[in-house]
Amino acid sequence: MRFILRRLGFFVVTLWVALTVNFFVPRLMPGNPAEAMMARYKGRVNPEALKALEVAFGLDTQKPLLVQYVEYLGNTLTGHFGISLTFFPTQVGKVVLQALPWTLGLVGLTTVIAFVVGTLIGTIGGWRRNGIVDSILPPVFVITSALPYFWVGLILILVFSLGTNGALPNDGGYDPILDAGWNGAFIVDVLKHAVLPSVSILLISIGGWILTMRNNVVTTLAEDYITMARAKGIPDRKIMIHYAARNAVLPNLSGFAMSLGFVVSGSILVEYTFNYPGVGYMLLSAVNNQDYPLMQALFVLITVTVLVAVLISDFLTAWLDPRVRTAS
Amino acid sequence: MSTLLEVTDLSVAYDTPNGPVTAVDHVNLAVAPGEFLGIVGESGCGKSTLLFAIAQLLRAPARTTGGSVVFRGQDMVTMSARALAPTRWRNLSVVMQSAMNALNPVARLSAQFADTMQAHGVRDKAAIRERSEQVLELVGIDRAHLASYPHQLSGGMRQRAMIAMALLFTPELVIMDEPTSALDVVAQRSLMLQIKELQQQLGFAVLFVTHDMSLVSHFSDRLMVMYAGEVVEFGSTRQVFDHPAHPYSQGLLDAFPSIRGERKALVGIPGTPPSLSALPPGCRFEPRCPVSFAECATTRPPLYDVDGVLSRCLLHDPAYSSHATTPTTSREGDDVDRT
Repeated sequence: MRFILRRLGFFVVTLWVALTVNFFVPRLMPGNPAEAMMARYKGRVNPEALKALEVAFGLDTQKPLLVQYVEYLGNTLTGHFGISLTFFPTQVGKVVLQALPWTLGLVGLTTVIAFVVGTLIGTIGGWRRNGIVDSILPPVFVITSALPYFWVGLILILVFSLGTNGALPNDGGYDPILDAGWNGAFIVDVLKHAVLPSVSILLISIGGWILTMRNNVVTTLAEDYITMARAKGIPDRKIMIHYAARNAVLPNLSGFAMSLGFVVSGSILVEYTFNYPGVGYMLLSAVNNQDYPLMQALFVLITVTVLVAVLISDFLTAWLDPRVRTAS
Repeated sequence: MSTLLEVTDLSVAYDTPNGPVTAVDHVNLAVAPGEFLGIVGESGCGKSTLLFAIAQLLRAPARTTGGSVVFRGQDMVTMSARALAPTRWRNLSVVMQSAMNALNPVARLSAQFADTMQAHGVRDKAAIRERSEQVLELVGIDRAHLASYPHQLSGGMRQRAMIAMALLFTPELVIMDEPTSALDVVAQRSLMLQIKELQQQLGFAVLFVTHDMSLVSHFSDRLMVMYAGEVVEFGSTRQVFDHPAHPYSQGLLDAFPSIRGERKALVGIPGTPPSLSALPPGCRFEPRCPVSFAECATTRPPLYDVDGVLSRCLLHDPAYSSHATTPTTSREGDDVDRT
């Protein structure tokens, strides 16, 4: 219980520091982003948007800094990030909420799958060292993990989309002529659109999990408790899962949590290659359009998810490793 | 005397890039039911490897290169892993050197006891619980500690918990690989007393490996001294202890102080054991031996029977008996049966 409270307290403090940095960094920059944008859009931005922008940035120069800061914190916590310039005049919150499910679905699911499958392959590879699985899969995936995302994406498009005369789509998250909603045709279409992007993410991220897990298992197998388990006559499969993998996975948990934290920032290159309507693609267009409110909201979102992921990893590690619980 | 375990000509080699290196060289031994057999020797003499070979727990690069391990009438060397599984733990359990590493760090004691029993077909939860509590109390640990994780126990308690686990099925043979070496001397002694007491109470045989000759000598029935992968002396504990028939055993005995005998300077054995990949051509102990003579460097001594004790020393060969100048000092002032 004390452990949970401590971690939560740490989470709140870190979040506060991150938000504060997010507040002060824009005002440490020379010039005023809101005015810069006004100049760029040459009056196409109406005064209301400028006002929202100023509030979002805390650029209401009439008010004292402290008041601006408190207002900024309040706005951030209630999800008021102002109005997006790229998708004017939609609220930033709404824009982000539109993109979020796509990224969570594509990158989030793929990250989890990569971790689970990679851990599984790594366990088998380490358990049967120099066996068939171990001599083929780790080397192959280590090579693919070194390839650039966009290149893998382009090759996949070339072979499986253009090469098959469009059997698998390569553009966007769904076919706009279909009815968006919970109907069979749409869901199948969304899944079809997700195949190539997720395969390219899998190809690149799975190698790391396989290699680290395999090596962890190999080290764990030298531990006395594995020999003990064999002496006890426990079936091999059970030793592999409950004794070897169970201990070998522990060092990988924090890495997994970190990669979950970066799910929200998306795989910018993959989403860009496939024109996928996710957060990464949106962040890119926000940067291109100097959409400061959207950028700031996305940065807050990314910070929060990384922190939440770290928090989850702490709890997960504590749940799986009793030593962590009592050590703190 | 019936035999529970009979090891014949057992050899173990480690595969290295320069070819196999023999770590256990044609070892013969037999253990009777309820017997306490001590195996002593320096680090790296092959005693732990011998234990693992007997228990069929060797892992690559180590492998059994010859001989047989007949336990309860079955040769474990030729048995498949599947055929061995029922024998493991039910009839033959193992207590390892460091309980710190030998217990699964992420599972409670209760879970580790339970999966052992489940692996041998005990499914009833209440029965598992009851038996787990019984064995814990047998070694003097409160049953409440079943819910503990290994890291929550002290070193001594972990070692006791290991012994408790080894006794789950009251096996005929418990193999112990330096179970006390991670403990302080007081805890060592109390653990040894407890092992001996449990052994007398439950009647299992013990194969006990240690580098501490003085520790085991108070508890073992017979003593086997190993050097560089070979048996160099093997006989009843009292005989080996009082009249060591091999210069190496003598050296081991001179290396620790006697409590009651006369005060004398402790003598270590000079040098280090030979590398197993570059063994001396003659007697393996010859380079370090204080009483060696010319033939020792060229002739490999067999095991000689000296009043019931086996000794691998040319001094016991009638042909070389003239070299025996009785350098051995007797330790009859020491009591062996301090238990």
